[in-house]
Amino acid sequence: MMLRILQGMVGLLLLAQASMANAVLTIEIIGAGEHQIPVSIVPFGGDEKIAQSINEVVTGDLQRSGLFRLVDPTGKSPHVPAEVSYPDWEVRGTEALAIGTVAAQGGRIEARFRLLDVVKQTELVGQAVSASENQIRAIGHRIADLIYEKLTGDKGVFSTRIAYVNRQGKKFSLIVADSDGYNEQVVLAQNEPIMSPAWSPDGSHLAYVSFETGHAVVYVQSLYTNRRVVLANFRGSNSAPAWSPDGKQMALVLTRDGSSQIYLVRPDGSDVRRITFSGAIDTEPHFSPDGQYLLFTSDRGGSPQIYRMPVKGGSTERLTFGEGSNFSPRHSPDGKNFVFAHLKNGRFYITTQAFQTGQMSLLTEGGWEKKPSFAPNGKLILFASEGRGRGILATVSSDGRVKQHMFTQSGDAREPVWGPYP
Amino acid sequence: MKKLIISIVLVNLLAACASEPKKEPVADVSAPAPTTASAPATKDEAPRVAPAAPVKADVDPLNDPASILAKRSVYYPFDVAIVQEEDKPVVQAHAKYLSEHSNRKVRLEGNCDERGSNEYNLGLGQRRADGVQKMLELGGASADQLESVSYGEEKPRASGHDEASWSQNRRTDLNYAR
Repeated sequence: MMLRILQGMVGLLLLAQASMANAVLTIEIIGAGEHQIPVSIVPFGGDEKIAQSINEVVTGDLQRSGLFRLVDPTGKSPHVPAEVSYPDWEVRGTEALAIGTVAAQGGRIEARFRLLDVVKQTELVGQAVSASENQIRAIGHRIADLIYEKLTGDKGVFSTRIAYVNRQGKKFSLIVADSDGYNEQVVLAQNEPIMSPAWSPDGSHLAYVSFETGHAVVYVQSLYTNRRVVLANFRGSNSAPAWSPDGKQMALVLTRDGSSQIYLVRPDGSDVRRITFSGAIDTEPHFSPDGQYLLFTSDRGGSPQIYRMPVKGGSTERLTFGEGSNFSPRHSPDGKNFVFAHLKNGRFYITTQAFQTGQMSLLTEGGWEKKPSFAPNGKLILFASEGRGRGILATVSSDGRVKQHMFTQSGDAREPVWGPYP
Repeated sequence: MKKLIISIVLVNLLAACASEPKKEPVADVSAPAPTTASAPATKDEAPRVAPAAPVKADVDPLNDPASILAKRSVYYPFDVAIVQEEDKPVVQAHAKYLSEHSNRKVRLEGNCDERGSNEYNLGLGQRRADGVQKMLELGGASADQLESVSYGEEKPRASGHDEASWSQNRRTDLNYAR
């Protein structure tokens, strides 16, 4: 049978600090995908309250992606395939139908879910998803991922997490949250700045820059135990940590030998090796998916621009030209493009460029938009923006068609970065 | 062009003056009778505090609000880390002071406006602080009196998205250890 139990697929992160659930106030969606797939999500049978919560998460996820049109299921409520009358759904214009049941037992919740193809009258996927009872949202995200994957052919990212810094007056918090901004957990809170969080490839650790000792120092912290180590604490500034895809080495920026230069280091802080020798500001290194190259920002040519160099050394190539300056490059997961913040006439634009053509595409209308990072499926880009006078989180689809603004309850959201697949 | 430069300088000077009392409370206490202010006559502490200060007759020039040393910030144009002509006398005065007061230590804190990535600005702020450090060393201060750090754009003095705010945020602060 298609039904499989995916125990423990969800809810792996055990953060010690208190959760600040439901801190997101509003999410605004702007635009829509080119082809929206009509889909109906029938509230699951069984425990009505749990079913309702899961339904909200699933429909919220699908709606925000901009790729689906949710067709109202009112009046019909099948929970198993035998109860489905396909013509009822065909007349409503829906192409896919999600049904299922939920049950709570012994502190765990199990949702049995099926996605049906209305036109072909077949089952597309059927799974049982379970999690502990305080992780209803995780179940919803997992189901949304399955629907997304089956109907678009791309892997879903609703179950992934993001990290960002929240600044409230002089208070800085490093936050990890679900990709929709909910389920916030505080990793570090203090009265000195925190910058540049970076996920380890397996999602188990965050590297970041903290000013708690009076200057910029790079730490690596476990999200399971909250234990942390100092990655680099040399004189001047230590910053811009990045992980290699295999997690075995990191790149970072030190000023211990003069201006900001890029170094490699092991994740335990040992074996520090300098790899740029420009005397300019070289910063924001980011590894290519194959681990062979680094993108980085440098002002060696007079203004900040994007460059690429082989990790093992060799010739460095400038990638961005023309008016304005460019910052914060990151490779797309397929390695074909990179995203960066383009500054022109006092406005930042989230921009992508294909390695092959060198063609720049501005994805946003411009504003205070910084620090873009790709979702692990490459379909969405998370960045820091501004709305109603505050720093907010925002996403844009990689084709620029769908935008989303996430307003946290208070303070300025800064320095976001999308985490890996769970 | 000249007018623009002059007005920027004025803005900078005003900004520097306006923020001085908040930044460096030492300047407030510079009056010749500092002990009375800080002596709420606690029985056991009073005798220890009283004789200490009046012994030195001449005021530490660092605490003289009329001295050029009262200026503890230098300002920069956008994406520039070189100390500007108008600020050089300030840095040179601090260099001379430090060379004559080898017990004093100062932290040089580079800051930037928000136009740039946070990481690029961290590098730029460090370059600004390092530039001041180099000038202080050339003027006679010794390296062990100096520490340069950067806050990038993380600790703006003014938060507007305009030149009035940005011009205040592009600076290096000379922060003396007490």
